[in-house]
Amino acid sequence: MTPDPELARKLLHGMVRIRRFEEKSAELYSAGKIRGFLHLYIGEEAVAAGVMQALRPEDAVFATYREHGHALARGLSAGAIMAEMYGKVEGCSRGRGGSMHLFDAAAKFYGGNAIVGGGLPLTVGYALAQKMQQRTGLAACFFGEGAVAEGEFHESMNLASLWNVPALFLCENNLYAMGTALERSEADTDLVEKAASYRVQGKSVDGMDVLAVLEAAQQAAQFVRDGNGPYFLEFRTYRFRAHSMFDPELYRSKEEVERWKQRCPIAGFSARAIREGWLTPEMIAAIEAEVAREIAQAVEFAEAGTWESVEMLTRDVYTARGQTE
Amino acid sequence: MSDATKAVVTTTYRAALNMALREALQRDPRVFLMGEDVGRYGGTYAVSKGLLEEFGEERVRDTPLSESAFVGAGIGAALNGMLPIVEVMTCNFSLLALDQILNNAATLRHMSGGQFSIPLVIRMATGAGRQLAAQHSHSFEGWYAHIPGIRVVTPATLEDARGMLWTALMDPDPVIMFENALLYNLEGELAADAGAVDIDRAAVRRAGSDLTLVTYGGCLYKTLQAAERLAAQNISAEVIDLRTLRPLDMATVLVSLAKTHRMVIVDEGWKSGSLAAEIMARVMEQAFYELDAPIERVCSAEVPIPYARHLEQAAIPQVDTIFAAALRTVNQHV
Ligand SMILES: Cc1ncc(C[n+]2csc(CCOP(=O)(O)OP(=O)(O)O)c2C)c(N)n1
Repeated sequence: MTPDPELARKLLHGMVRIRRFEEKSAELYSAGKIRGFLHLYIGEEAVAAGVMQALRPEDAVFATYREHGHALARGLSAGAIMAEMYGKVEGCSRGRGGSMHLFDAAAKFYGGNAIVGGGLPLTVGYALAQKMQQRTGLAACFFGEGAVAEGEFHESMNLASLWNVPALFLCENNLYAMGTALERSEADTDLVEKAASYRVQGKSVDGMDVLAVLEAAQQAAQFVRDGNGPYFLEFRTYRFRAHSMFDPELYRSKEEVERWKQRCPIAGFSARAIREGWLTPEMIAAIEAEVAREIAQAVEFAEAGTWESVEMLTRDVYTARGQTE
Repeated sequence: MSDATKAVVTTTYRAALNMALREALQRDPRVFLMGEDVGRYGGTYAVSKGLLEEFGEERVRDTPLSESAFVGAGIGAALNGMLPIVEVMTCNFSLLALDQILNNAATLRHMSGGQFSIPLVIRMATGAGRQLAAQHSHSFEGWYAHIPGIRVVTPATLEDARGMLWTALMDPDPVIMFENALLYNLEGELAADAGAVDIDRAAVRRAGSDLTLVTYGGCLYKTLQAAERLAAQNISAEVIDLRTLRPLDMATVLVSLAKTHRMVIVDEGWKSGSLAAEIMARVMEQAFYELDAPIERVCSAEVPIPYARHLEQAAIPQVDTIFAAALRTVNQHV
């Protein structure tokens, strides 16, 4: 795939935005501004940035607890996400969710699920409802390769295939589920094969190459939109940082991490874009500057945000009667 | 039409549920029923018999044995404009879907800062008494009532079997409906024009003045029989059917207690950490000085429900044990 300069800019901007946002988040975590679990996506940006370019506003997105990148790429404002991680009421989940539970109804962004595999059945049901109501728009679900060991993965693949629903399964295989390498958890590590056993078509993609991601996601989305049923994509990727902020990384070597960092999706794409003449160094510098401004504003927004009054503690457990029809 | 001439039909709890399902499917195209064997088989307890023929397999949808996935799919569909009714064969199997029920259905609204509602109804059979042993006889409605974010209803009468479903479907939040399996064959009269009923209030099923018997679901009839026996001894028992276990209608319970000052709670769940314990605790908090005697509880014994009939019967509340507890309570003077 050869992108025009505008697409190249968009893709790079998308990835840089995630990277810098998360670097800032890690810093704010150390400063005690953000608490709870914080799972960084650094290294995996090409997946969210590439896939979201292939999705449309009428599509729904379900993600995991490692979802800052997905939320940003889906169009949630950096300020609303940052405020959420600060626990402020201006956050995209009013401070009730935190880093792991980002939601935005308007963007059809359905979280933010911190139960491994928990979003898969929801996606199948959402897609089923799309089909029953003859609506266009698919349901896309991101999950890690660790989820493949959960029963919910197998039940959901089967159900999606059996009912031929418009679901797009997006497996981010970063090789480790916390500290457990895929080959230490799966008797058969071929994930596409697992999907195929439920007659879900699929493909494995280089998740460090944003163009490969975009191309595969476009094809897969088209397959689903054409009414062919669900599709499964495996993105081979790697997280450069620890699983969360409490992980001494005993399970992998520094050399391995370094090797993967050589394949950094942002550095790789930037170099290629310059080489191919899609972007100039000045354009890349402008992206960095734009992102830096946005993130500074996001932090300001979060800092200026308010703590919800404790009197409101039990709101939104039930829907107020009459709030919906 | 006066009450005396109001048309009634003789029907069963099962048929009343079937009518409710049919009406819901007719009334709103967003409604669909799914679960294991709800279609071709006609429902494990024949509750959905005939619906597949009438509404087709899109709307009466057989599922694989995948409790987690199809309950989760119900939640996903409810998030996306549908009004799903999910049938889980029995509450014993619902534990395979507990993750979806608790971690998704009950939390999504709050976790998202109020952005989503989940108008889902999950129906499941509950209860012992059919010699099905420990994996098919438990009562988990009290457990589910522990969870903020869902409503728990326990229809015990034909009116409620007929009328709770629609109200539950119209409720914007997830509702779990527990159907005591021994009630399916319950026969009785139902108004021909019976329809939706509220799912907020407990009901006084028998008025009385000497003590209050609080119960719900399958134990209602045993409790009413015990009240009958008490009446033969000139003890007037008021029987309250909670109907909804979450949120609890304590107001109705406390009004009764203010009259009788004595209470026995009958609950088919295990005694420790039971719904009965919750009601006792609330009475202690809210109406301690109304009590003329300690509250008694008649619950299931602390044992997995056994197979042998005499053991099974010994494990669950019985008319005799309710009657005995009531007598002890009225004979206590403090
Ligand atoms: C059902 C469940 N079990 C365990 C956990 C704890 N846990 C959180 S993340 C994680 C690893 C998941 O790995 P993977 O799915 O590959 O995603 P990644 O974190 O690599 O993005 C585990 C075990 C959980 N959140 N949910």
